[in-house]
Amino acid sequence: MRPRTTAALAAGKVARFASRLRGGGSALPGLVTERIDPAVLRHTLGSLPRGVVVVSGTNGKTTTTKMLVALLRAHGLRVFTNPTGSNFTRGVISSMLGEIGLRGRLDAEVAVVELDEAHALHFAAQVRPTHALLLNVARDQLDRFAEIDHTAQLLTRLGEQTTEAVVLNADDSFISRIQDRLRPGVQVRWFGVDPTIADRLPELQEADVRFEDAQARPDLDGEDALLLPADDGRSFTVRIPGGQDVGPVTLRQRGLAAMINATAATTMARQLLGEDFSVAVAVRALEAVNPPFGRGEVIDVDASPLELVLVKNPAGFTVALGTYGNEPVATMVAINDNYADGRDVSWLYDVSFESLRERGVALTSGVRGWDMALRLRYDGVEVGEVETDLDVALDRFLAAHAGQPTRIFCTYTAMMHLRRRLADRFGLARFGEDPAA
Amino acid sequence: MSTQSSRLLPDAVAGLAGRPADKGEVHLVHLYPREMSIYGDLGNTRCLAARLRWHGYTPVVHDHHPGAPWPERADLLLGGGGQDSGQVRVQDDLAVHADRLRELAADGVPMLMICGMYQLFGEAFITVEGQRLPGLGILDVTTRGNATRMIGPVVLDTEFGPVVGYENHSGSTVLGESQQSFGRVRHGSGNNGSDGTEGARTHNVIGSYLHGPVLPANPALADGLLEVAARRATGGWAPEEIDDAIAHQAHDRQVRRLLG
Ligand SMILES: [Zn+2]
Repeated sequence: MRPRTTAALAAGKVARFASRLRGGGSALPGLVTERIDPAVLRHTLGSLPRGVVVVSGTNGKTTTTKMLVALLRAHGLRVFTNPTGSNFTRGVISSMLGEIGLRGRLDAEVAVVELDEAHALHFAAQVRPTHALLLNVARDQLDRFAEIDHTAQLLTRLGEQTTEAVVLNADDSFISRIQDRLRPGVQVRWFGVDPTIADRLPELQEADVRFEDAQARPDLDGEDALLLPADDGRSFTVRIPGGQDVGPVTLRQRGLAAMINATAATTMARQLLGEDFSVAVAVRALEAVNPPFGRGEVIDVDASPLELVLVKNPAGFTVALGTYGNEPVATMVAINDNYADGRDVSWLYDVSFESLRERGVALTSGVRGWDMALRLRYDGVEVGEVETDLDVALDRFLAAHAGQPTRIFCTYTAMMHLRRRLADRFGLARFGEDPAA
Repeated sequence: MSTQSSRLLPDAVAGLAGRPADKGEVHLVHLYPREMSIYGDLGNTRCLAARLRWHGYTPVVHDHHPGAPWPERADLLLGGGGQDSGQVRVQDDLAVHADRLRELAADGVPMLMICGMYQLFGEAFITVEGQRLPGLGILDVTTRGNATRMIGPVVLDTEFGPVVGYENHSGSTVLGESQQSFGRVRHGSGNNGSDGTEGARTHNVIGSYLHGPVLPANPALADGLLEVAARRATGGWAPEEIDDAIAHQAHDRQVRRLLG
């Protein structure tokens, strides 16, 4: 290991220790390390024997990464990964500092990292990914991805950088087009929904974004994977036409989007494991994955379930409403407009809230709680009250629906705030302390 | 294809009026809802349709797509922001209807053109490489491509009172000598970040960078446009009392937050 890398790691470890004392799990240690040795990632991850897998796309990164890591670990691989939400290079470095010696040796055979679209390229410039799993392109309301075309570009360039194999979404034309841009010799594997449920795709994609001339679905072959949900709506099978089907699987996380994520993760796991892939091991691993924090996580509130659902863009909110819409419960919606939420709340008008009409929304909250109530008014959804203070709103919402199942749709910083408060009240693990991770 | 009333008002929304729709039809034309409405601008059309109904009129919404025949009637036109690829897709159709649009504008038809469509309604767009792309010339504004985006919440003073919204544009727009602006910037960048103007207004055509979408939280602006449209369509304007308490809260909070 180069002296510079060693020095960088040492400084990062000090910063990590200091920031832990202050009770924070920030990206600062990663920043310190990266400043001293910008090539630190190449020197640590670049030499892992089974490669570096990047997971990216607008929606479902966190869930898919968690599933893929679980699949690989269940097959006995030692996997390095970055925890939930730290999907920038600094976050990756920060999480590495805890697992690495000063000589830069990481006790892992393979790295699976979740990366934000914009940062995936910065990462790839440091370490060429051997594998990329590319999920979807949707408009994110975050200002830094001003245009969906731009996001598609970023993922295309990530595909171009990948050296061994990519797993692509056959149902997203922005993603499937990437097949034409790969280096020679890079293998393509596809995942998608079974043709019998193609009519459910709109649940996964925001309306009006895809143009009519979107290219036809690519031809899949026997090793590709198709999601086939069962009639009960809870279990599904990953069909492998030329191999052994994986399933039936019942995930802990609900909804079609989670099933698609599991299909994507399974496709990549089969690619990485080859002959070693075991259907029985895979089914058990997928069924044991807990939903990531705030992604449909169920919190036990005095014996009643509270579902915390993160919403961050029109496609995601549409999927969330589709997933939960047929089981209406008392609902709260909390919308903040801090940087991490996306400062523009215009996107709320690209979501249809009609599925909430029957039951209504008990309470809207967050900095933009009034804007949310106004949005609901234009869809004819009754709102019980507006309370912009999140703590007051949460207390009132839980008190008014004691003993009943409840659900909160929330943007990122609202979710962090509410979850902290719920953690204090109901003794949950804090962020970064996922017991099952 | 021009699809009429593709987004009919749900009963629950229409029901908020609590009165019959007996004051006549008002036809809204949304230009290019697929290509040019990426930041929630469809909400403007939704807002106007609902408010027409609440005021006792019958809204008829036409979605105008590229290549479709022009709708049989247009009392108010709306357009939104898009991506570069979206703008490319609508340019030919806009050229086909250019004369008609200029006539309607001169005749006083109210129009609300946001962001990308605002730029296309101007004299010209000059790309970063210096290429000059002519616009419809309905508004005397010229936009230059810019490396930096102007992004963030906005408060304006306008003749409809304070208006709140959100801007997100890389084009920098300059008004022609006698071109009236839509508003004065009190928070945010506006047309170009330097002269304090936002948007443009000629006759009843308003161009603006404000998303949000701009109309729901600014009901005075929405009703200002509807009044002109209803007078043209039905010969009068007989508004009802609409409960705008939520809109006023959303609006006033943004004003207070941004102006301190
Ligand atoms: Zn814009």
